Amino acid sequence: MTTAQEAPSMVPDFGDDDTDRTICFIASKGTLDMVYPSLVMANAALGEGIETHIFFTFWGMDIITKKHQENLQFTWMGNTAMHPPGKKLHMPQGAAGLPGMTKMATKMMKKQIADLDVPEVPEFVQMIADAGGHLWACKMSVDMMGLEKDDMIPEVEDIISATDFIELSDGAQVIFT
Amino acid sequence: MATTTIAGAEVTVDEEGFMTEYEQWNEEIAAALATNIGIELGEDHWQVIKFLREDYKEQGETPMLRRVSNVGGVSTKELFQLFPKKPAKKMSYIAGVPKPHGCV
Repeated sequence: MTTAQEAPSMVPDFGDDDTDRTICFIASKGTLDMVYPSLVMANAALGEGIETHIFFTFWGMDIITKKHQENLQFTWMGNTAMHPPGKKLHMPQGAAGLPGMTKMATKMMKKQIADLDVPEVPEFVQMIADAGGHLWACKMSVDMMGLEKDDMIPEVEDIISATDFIELSDGAQVIFT
Repeated sequence: MATTTIAGAEVTVDEEGFMTEYEQWNEEIAAALATNIGIELGEDHWQVIKFLREDYKEQGETPMLRRVSNVGGVSTKELFQLFPKKPAKKMSYIAGVPKPHGCV
């Protein structure tokens, strides 16, 4: 006796019915290299149909501040993992402090990012907002830095307190960057 | 790899159900694939699907959302409306090209 084998489902499981997952990123850094992790992951999460929030705090405020958004910098000062591309060498820490080095390192990193067809920060943040990502500014940082809502890009939904963030991230996966 | 029948045509699909042979695709198949995942194709969907197919043919890889938006001319917002929740996967499924592999 033979048993008919059930034909495998030929429709991919896009999991539309179980997307109650929520991810909240806390973006606390404003150096170029530390800004991309949360943006890349938030963008990926949105592409998977996941409710995504980013809470910008401390130096991460620069990511959503009109004046600074375009001018985030990179330095390898304090970063011993900085190698010239493809080399075993380490960039000397002392050299990072020389005048013009931050500008040069920033330019190099921006070029490497652009070569991968990954957008610069302002476009990336816009993309995330367009994809339905929620952007929040930290009240304490706003007060500390003397910022107003108008100093930030309009995609920022609101300035919220730490307690508000704890409430909105109830049940979510929270990632600190 | 497996073979299945979509819109009356024999096509090869991977274990998830994505088509694996670029040349086996046609518009009737696209419409049937779209129906499978609850999408009814309108003019805007077709613009995206055609861009995906042309770009895949030229570049050898499926474009990510940003490229579809910047080069293909359909905004991120629209893409999320046309192919809800998981635009990149859904549009490539319908267009008969592999899922995109990039990060952004």
